[in-house]
Amino acid sequence: MAELDLGTPILEAPVAEGASDQHMVLNMGPQHPSTHGVLRLVLEIDGEIVVRLYPEIGYLHTGIEKTCEAKFYQQVVPMTDRVDYLGPMANNLCYCLAVEKLLDLEIPDKAQWVRVLLTELTRINSHLIWLGTHAMDIGALTVFLYTFREREEILKIFEMVAGQRMMTSYFRIGGLSMEPPMGMMERIREFIKTFPEKIDEYSNLLTGNPIFVNRLKNVGHLSKEDAIALAVTGPVARASGIDFDLRRDMPYSSYEKFQFDVPVSDGCDVWARYVVRLEEMRQSVRIINQALDGMPEGHFKADAPKIVLPDREVMKTQMEALIHHFKIVTEGFAVPAGEVYQQIESGHGSMGYYVVSDGTAKPYRVHMRYPGFASLQALETMCKGRLLADVVAVIGSIDIVLGEIDR
Amino acid sequence: MSDVKATLLGKAAVLEVMPEHIAVKALGDLITDAKFDRGEVTLTVAKENLVAALKAVKAAGYNAFQDMTAVDWFPSVPRFQLSYHVQSHSLKELLRVRVVVDEANAAIETITHIWEGANYYEREVFDLFGIRFEGHPNLRRIMMPDEWVGHPLRKDYPVEGYR
Repeated sequence: MAELDLGTPILEAPVAEGASDQHMVLNMGPQHPSTHGVLRLVLEIDGEIVVRLYPEIGYLHTGIEKTCEAKFYQQVVPMTDRVDYLGPMANNLCYCLAVEKLLDLEIPDKAQWVRVLLTELTRINSHLIWLGTHAMDIGALTVFLYTFREREEILKIFEMVAGQRMMTSYFRIGGLSMEPPMGMMERIREFIKTFPEKIDEYSNLLTGNPIFVNRLKNVGHLSKEDAIALAVTGPVARASGIDFDLRRDMPYSSYEKFQFDVPVSDGCDVWARYVVRLEEMRQSVRIINQALDGMPEGHFKADAPKIVLPDREVMKTQMEALIHHFKIVTEGFAVPAGEVYQQIESGHGSMGYYVVSDGTAKPYRVHMRYPGFASLQALETMCKGRLLADVVAVIGSIDIVLGEIDR
Repeated sequence: MSDVKATLLGKAAVLEVMPEHIAVKALGDLITDAKFDRGEVTLTVAKENLVAALKAVKAAGYNAFQDMTAVDWFPSVPRFQLSYHVQSHSLKELLRVRVVVDEANAAIETITHIWEGANYYEREVFDLFGIRFEGHPNLRRIMMPDEWVGHPLRKDYPVEGYR
């Protein structure tokens, strides 16, 4: 194999040209708990002031994109769970929508609404972990216990629905993996009835807390122009005044049928991101309530016997269904050649799956665009010239999951 | 916008049906090939015109860089395809600008001076596909260790490792 000359690295060490002797290079991570995983930051500091910041990533790189090329289309679904491991349903949704777009598959209303319902629960789940760990980084340890109490309930709902707490793989190409269980709606309704009070509870613990407020306000400034230039999306972008939400502006999976507000703030700082995410949780509650009230009747998967696995009972009793089942499991299904890019609004920002098909049963290329990867680039802009202690607050505010950055 | 279900292949077909499309108008003669498939517009430009093309679509309203990646079409020639996805916040649309790159001269001009956010994406493509980006501020491996040999996402990369 022909090897390209990699050349000399342009940046050997993260010390700037003409750096003063008084500058110190500080290594943060990859084990530091407040870096949320295996993120390594190389910081050049002048006393307490950050002069340069250089994120070193790749410690969690597992080559998922390469692995996808060796799997059938339906076998990629469980791989996607493991990318952003705190928002499994959102990953499943984005991948399934991309392949369904390639296949030109019509998804029944009920499946679409259940998808919206569970994706919004996933968003709450993801935001709860952000809130707990972010507050813990700042030193408010109590909130972590409160948010994990609610997260536990969401995980129990996931377990009830999919049989798995975290790696759900519940959304499949063509719909859902199985009929939503009896009692699911009641359980979600019960949870969602008390959840707004819980958000108030978090807010009571944090919003009026002078230490928390002082650590967050006017820290980690990211202007609107910088946010667009650095490809930052999601709550971080909306806290910098970018009024754009894919759920509202480029709706998918019948989001156009739901009424909700998109919280936007001009604060541009860590505090604004806190306020935006807290409001997003309230809006998710609104969407979930609408989904519960208006849940349409119907089938939970598309009528496409050559793509969607048949029901167990049908498969055991009908010859044709058995053949289809056997064919799908052993040979997969061919997907027409083409390329699609599907975007959804995940808890962290705009997630995108670029799927290229060459007409066979395995994807030719799957590329995953995750919001954390882009947001990490903005870290230096947000921390430069500020105190070292603020770096921890800023990392918490962009809500990174290293699984989605390294893939 | 024309019917989403329709598929238009080739520059002539796209120009005929959607001559008013903002990106098509903005690029004009730079387009060498075009496609409208599954509701997505793909415009192909020549490698040397990429920077000019992206500047033109940025000026036309596609303000936000979204994603950039490569596809390895080994063993066909030219081997690599680079797909740039840019989003318009005002038009609420996504555009794909496509460039093909030869293996013999696997290099292309960087777009980090247009969108700073392309930095990590170009590093990733450099790392995993071995395509160089001329003028990139810090072209180093990002996922793999610095001393790694080979580019894992290439189709001829041995998945069991070198023997």
